[in-house]
Amino acid sequence: MSDKLISKIPGGPLENKWKKHQSEIHLVSPNNKRKLEIIVVGTGLGGASAAASLGELGYNVKIFCISDSPRRAHSIAAQGGINAAKNYQNDNDSVYRLFYDTIKGGDYRAREANVYRLAEVSAAIIDQCVAQGIPFAREYGGYLANRSFGGVQVSRTFYARGQTGQQLLLGAYASLNKEIAAGTVKSYPRHEMLDLVVVNGEAKGIIARNLVTGQLERFGAHAVVIATGGYGNTYFLSTNAMNSNGSAAMQCYRKGAFFANPCFAQIHPTCIPVHGEQQCKLTLMSESLRNDGRIWVPKKKEDVEKLRKGIIKGSQVPAEDRDYYLERRYPAFGNLVPRDVASRAAKERCDAGFGVNTTGKAVFLDFSDAINRLGHQKVAERYGNLFDMYEKITNVSPWEEPMQIYPAIHYTMGGIWVDYNLMTTIPGLYAIGEANFSDHGGNRLGASALMQGLADGYFILPVTIGDYLSKKFAEPKTDTSIKEFDEAEKAVQARIDRLFSIKGKEPVDAIHKKLGNIMWEYVGMARDEKGLKTAIKEIRELKEYFYKNVKVTGTQFEFNQELEKALRLEDFFQTGELMAIDALNRNESCGGHFRIESQTEEGEAKRDDANFMHVAAWEYKGEGQEPELHKEPLNYEFIEVKTRNYKD
Amino acid sequence: MEFNLKIWRQKNAKAKGHFETYHISGIEEDASFLEMLDILNEQLVREGNDPVAVERGCQSSGPVSFDHDCREGICGACSLYIDGRAHGPDDHVTTCQLFMRHFKDGATITVEPWRSAGFPVIKDLVVDRTAFDKILQAGGFISVRTGAAQDANNILITHDQAEESMDAAACVGCGACVATCKNGSAMLFVAARVSSLALLPQGRPEAKRRAKAMVAKMDELGFGNCTNTRACELECPKGISVEHIARLNREFLKAKFSD
Repeated sequence: MSDKLISKIPGGPLENKWKKHQSEIHLVSPNNKRKLEIIVVGTGLGGASAAASLGELGYNVKIFCISDSPRRAHSIAAQGGINAAKNYQNDNDSVYRLFYDTIKGGDYRAREANVYRLAEVSAAIIDQCVAQGIPFAREYGGYLANRSFGGVQVSRTFYARGQTGQQLLLGAYASLNKEIAAGTVKSYPRHEMLDLVVVNGEAKGIIARNLVTGQLERFGAHAVVIATGGYGNTYFLSTNAMNSNGSAAMQCYRKGAFFANPCFAQIHPTCIPVHGEQQCKLTLMSESLRNDGRIWVPKKKEDVEKLRKGIIKGSQVPAEDRDYYLERRYPAFGNLVPRDVASRAAKERCDAGFGVNTTGKAVFLDFSDAINRLGHQKVAERYGNLFDMYEKITNVSPWEEPMQIYPAIHYTMGGIWVDYNLMTTIPGLYAIGEANFSDHGGNRLGASALMQGLADGYFILPVTIGDYLSKKFAEPKTDTSIKEFDEAEKAVQARIDRLFSIKGKEPVDAIHKKLGNIMWEYVGMARDEKGLKTAIKEIRELKEYFYKNVKVTGTQFEFNQELEKALRLEDFFQTGELMAIDALNRNESCGGHFRIESQTEEGEAKRDDANFMHVAAWEYKGEGQEPELHKEPLNYEFIEVKTRNYKD
Repeated sequence: MEFNLKIWRQKNAKAKGHFETYHISGIEEDASFLEMLDILNEQLVREGNDPVAVERGCQSSGPVSFDHDCREGICGACSLYIDGRAHGPDDHVTTCQLFMRHFKDGATITVEPWRSAGFPVIKDLVVDRTAFDKILQAGGFISVRTGAAQDANNILITHDQAEESMDAAACVGCGACVATCKNGSAMLFVAARVSSLALLPQGRPEAKRRAKAMVAKMDELGFGNCTNTRACELECPKGISVEHIARLNREFLKAKFSD
């Protein structure tokens, strides 16, 4: 193991590690908490819940978001639900099973201790959220209802219609508002972090741009928490919100935080297919639809032709001529296989020429059997808002015709490397939620992103950050007039000046689309050595092209969305290149990362545990230099590592 | 499809605004309204925006600023007043879920920001909605500390109660209710939060304080009074019912009587 990657996983049996750790790490007394300042960047589930909980504890918190309100964070768009090991259904669920499903779903590339802790605190998240007044779905007796998600055989997902992320975020945002009102948290909306400030090797603050005035502002603290989500928008087209970006993580990476498993990106199987060149965003249809929807393509090519020409509709293909390929290939899990498996199976059918729309890149998700079995009302209760949303976008009613879906980039499992305390390789810098790498391995299970964001924010970080801060309370408030802040601000100003000085002809988005095409083509659902080398070369060329041809309109000192996008795109080049480098290095198929060279005879992903059972953490070595790889071996002490099997 | 877009341009909060008209063509029927604006902006960037030229009175003021984010109708960021209606001509959608097939080919479309004393313009079509945050900070929460909660199933809530609470909780905080109200009232927004929490046992202990504090803050921030025109309900992208305003009024009166 690299001596720079100290994971700090406590010893002892798996089920005692977190309890033991909690009882052993240092505390900060209430009078000392008042002296300490913490910066939280991002207001999604992780950031909002962390800031609220830290505020309750008595720390002085500053929270930053790029939107006009913390409530806009993209956690709000999560539809289906949140997992918790409550076993309210008496279906033999347990902390161990949630842990096991998550490790297995992640294709044995996540840390045992972190995942077990996640499963352990999951039940308390539901308690907390109910206490906040989140209107989860209820059974007629008044008890909480559950549903199933992919990759599991129990019902452990709690939900609020198809708006679970919205409700959980509004709960965390309400707690945040409570603390803002109490004065423990100060909120900075429409502020974008543009650099991390490191003093004597420790994180001490940030440089942020006020997005309304355009001024660069300095903020100091005793610790900095990154909760800025993932980097799916590297692909331009994804299910992420338009403003979601991986820039804060890249800023930390350039300041010395290692970046782990960048190639692990999740491609979600049920998104509305691309409709044309003018599109800028892909819309997810919740995985919960796979509880009752059946996925198929025609068995016969002639039916495919007729569908593409619009001669027949999906509903007119007779039952015996439909290939329910997930049920055929994976009888035990059927339509509820994990996301990576379902996505690859859709691609396989479409590549074989069975795609059902004019682009050849769509499969059917059909509710006709569910409507017959359950009746209109039950289906409407479960999925009504999703059906409406689909119809609004496509002008086709899922009540009459099967939905068309295709995989799209959705979530990134990779992220900033963190130890068991969620601290990065820079002391005092923490990363939580999707921004870190720790819990989902090579593939995240459905309804687990919300669980992780809230576990980190409510229950883990507020405890673990005390261990570091217990040594810091004697330090005075960070002075933002020192040279480290001067230098960081100057560097940001130089970046901005450079962008305005280019005066090219091409809009930022047009170049971002080109990056997206390279990423989807070579770093998408199937990757190989040749393609990845091409991707690295083309990304570098495109970056050069950007610095010659981009046109950033307006000025710095105004509300300027073109400048915001240009700054983010600079970081997407770096993220994209790092993803390709990592994907090239990881010469195995695993979770969402599929290397064409590494597959079984049946075309299933083939892991290489002997060579790749590790976290690949990359260290920045300077502009134009190759990053250095550090490996954190994954030791599975408590479960047996197997080949994933969703067939029987 | 092609359109003439008459768009409100305003340099900043202090500047005087004006309309500019742009022609746009080659728009797909399935494109969303915001994708159409993206295409317009790409065109405006390419055509050039020399700030000096703008000073000299050149027609284009560069790309149009507008708030947007999730493009799935849930974040509440998008906020346009289109042809005299909040979120445009389709019912119960946010602007990002409005598609060009709802417009006539060749139409002139007027696009304005939310216009309300409570929401000052920041630039072009972007307004400042931090007043909504402030109203919620006044009491739109349940005061539970992290870690203090009992087992979730110890609080029984009937199916219908949860559903009704959820109807109100669906509010995305976009501000269409305020923008569409002739009084610039934020009653539907406030009512949605008060009602959602008042319907649940967890929300009862603070119900009185919450209703009073949020209404007082709304008044303080310059939002108007409710005169029951019900325009808000019609334009709410989530179809939130004015029945929640009735519940807010009951909660508010109960609180006042017990003073």
